[in-house]
Amino acid sequence: MDVTTWTYIFVGLSFAIYIGIAIWSRAGNTGDFYVASGGVPKIANGMATAADWMSAASFISMAGIISTMGRDGAVYLMGWTGGYVLLALLLAPYLRRFGKFTVPDFIGDRYNSSTARVVAVFCAIFISFTYVAGQMRGTGVVFSRFLEVDVNTGVIIGMVVVLFYAVLGGMKGITYTQVAQYCVLIFAYLVPAIFISIMLTGNPVPQLGLASDAAGESIGLVQKLDGLSTELGFKEYSTGHKSLIDVLAITLALMVGTAGLPHVIVRFYTVKKVSDARKSAFWALLFIAILYTTAPAIAVFARTNLLNTVSEATYKTIPSWFKKWENSGLIAWVDKNADGKITYNGSGDAFQKHPSKTKVEPVFVTNDKVNEKGFSGERILLNEPSENSNELYVDPDIMVLANPEIAKLPGWVIGLVAAGGLAAALSTAAGLLLVISTSIAHDLVKRTLNPSISDKAELLLARISAGVAVLVAGYFGIHPPGFVAEVVAFAFGFAASSFFPAIVLGIFTKRINRFGAVSGMIVGITFTALYIWYFSFGIFGHKGVPADYLFGISPQGIGTIGMLLNFAIAITVSYLTPRPPKHIEDLVESIRLPRAAFGKVDSGPSDH
Amino acid sequence: MSKLPTEEAKRLYWRANLKWLAILLSIWAFVSYGCGILFVNFLDQFKLPGTNLNLGFWFAQQGSIYCFLILIVIYARVMNRLDEELLAGTGADADS
Repeated sequence: MDVTTWTYIFVGLSFAIYIGIAIWSRAGNTGDFYVASGGVPKIANGMATAADWMSAASFISMAGIISTMGRDGAVYLMGWTGGYVLLALLLAPYLRRFGKFTVPDFIGDRYNSSTARVVAVFCAIFISFTYVAGQMRGTGVVFSRFLEVDVNTGVIIGMVVVLFYAVLGGMKGITYTQVAQYCVLIFAYLVPAIFISIMLTGNPVPQLGLASDAAGESIGLVQKLDGLSTELGFKEYSTGHKSLIDVLAITLALMVGTAGLPHVIVRFYTVKKVSDARKSAFWALLFIAILYTTAPAIAVFARTNLLNTVSEATYKTIPSWFKKWENSGLIAWVDKNADGKITYNGSGDAFQKHPSKTKVEPVFVTNDKVNEKGFSGERILLNEPSENSNELYVDPDIMVLANPEIAKLPGWVIGLVAAGGLAAALSTAAGLLLVISTSIAHDLVKRTLNPSISDKAELLLARISAGVAVLVAGYFGIHPPGFVAEVVAFAFGFAASSFFPAIVLGIFTKRINRFGAVSGMIVGITFTALYIWYFSFGIFGHKGVPADYLFGISPQGIGTIGMLLNFAIAITVSYLTPRPPKHIEDLVESIRLPRAAFGKVDSGPSDH
Repeated sequence: MSKLPTEEAKRLYWRANLKWLAILLSIWAFVSYGCGILFVNFLDQFKLPGTNLNLGFWFAQQGSIYCFLILIVIYARVMNRLDEELLAGTGADADS
């Protein structure tokens, strides 16, 4: 069977499973829909959290980004896992004990303020939409690359599937679907990694393969890659090249942002007890760590294979995967010295930015029927060649997508990777859509505008909101605003600078009041958004350049400063204004201690 | 339930909670910001025992993640024990 057949089989089977689960576990009331009635076993919840959390970017792009960044790629590895420690220690158990449905619920009640609740709703929707648009796009991209359908058709197929199980099943349907999606995605990630690890190091465990010696040699694999890289003029792989302050800021922003993402926090509302919330955080991080400790190994394996395969290879005899990915635009080659061989080195980008694009990426000559070909048969570029000697453009996504082909693995492994990428994108999209629908139906309508709405009407409204949210997300997936990929990374900055300080201060101090919390959130997220906007798109025609960075911190890391600003303002304003009332202090006291210490039993999340 | 914990017991519970948070978060910061970022070049002069991999690189890309897992395990055990101690004798379910 060929690769396309295998891909159809794996994708079709996995979709059938997701839909079957949705029908089996559909939601009967708002408690089911929002938090699966707090009845999810802790290991299943851990798997669902892991799938919820690991997006298309984690699955498809992360290993590739690490392989181009070398050691500095650790900002993503530590940033996206270290946040779980903050979540488990500072947020999850308290929010679970608080026992309502959402993050805006907590902020609204703790600060005794509809304004605070509405600001929190706005932040949650803003963060979720930026994130979900990227997932829908990711779904379309996987479809188009593996099944050669149009990207837009892919987005629509993804929308229909998500619409079906998110609208029908709510949190209950999503949770059990995510358990299945985790199994699919982790299997799809590990299988190629294990094969390649055996090939390159003889060790079947990729995590150990990273630390092993290259097969048949007495030199570490990473050292060997360092040698290969410097020989070709690339930076040494195992040393850092980013500035220290920027590495610190990005890592902290990603950690705190992870802890503040509403779709991750809400997962801890779905377990039975506070002690389960603590253990569930462990299971979630364990399941995430399996992928996150494999990623740096894949990065090293794929980079080594790539350099060995393409450097100085003759285009006409290059393996077929090269031309396949050239056709989908992930690889481009310009034969500057006209020798028919691929010169790949670290002297810079192979060509200049095309005027129609915002970054350096290939734009190919096409006419109505066939792509025009160059002397060796390569696709011809519209981009102007650059001055240096490097001739090859490689999109980082290729490290995961083409890895099985580069390593000459069988066709079914490639089909599996496609199903895994889709599982990662769809599981995250579903979790985010649920946050959006809950924010609208529960936080905005039930808690703010119309408290007398019946449970049945609220459930219907939640389903309609989820449906509308899917359509909006699909629209952005088909018409990406040109900056979706960047904006996804920035969602962390927004979460770090808005929710995290408001929640932590709300739990660990009694003195912070509504004025402090609201002004802190508004200043934090506004500062972060403006900084990112200025350096990514420009304000009033002025676009910032890296030399203007505040303390040398790039937009990715600016959430750290936004968070510090939020903390500083929330504390200052609170001490200049009156103490919160007594019943708020009692509320804080009640979430710090087990409920039984007050003679109450924990009956699970509820509206009352 | 026979009787509720005293105010003093509740105060001590919260203090013990904060003490453990301080200890665990210090280790969290040490392995990630310390070993993975600030001292990474210093640690790179050593190898991960039994291999040819630089120790700083290992901490930055693998080791810190394993430490995070251990920290969460310790936290869950300590807190679940503290819960039980606070509620011992009250007849209440310590898990909630």
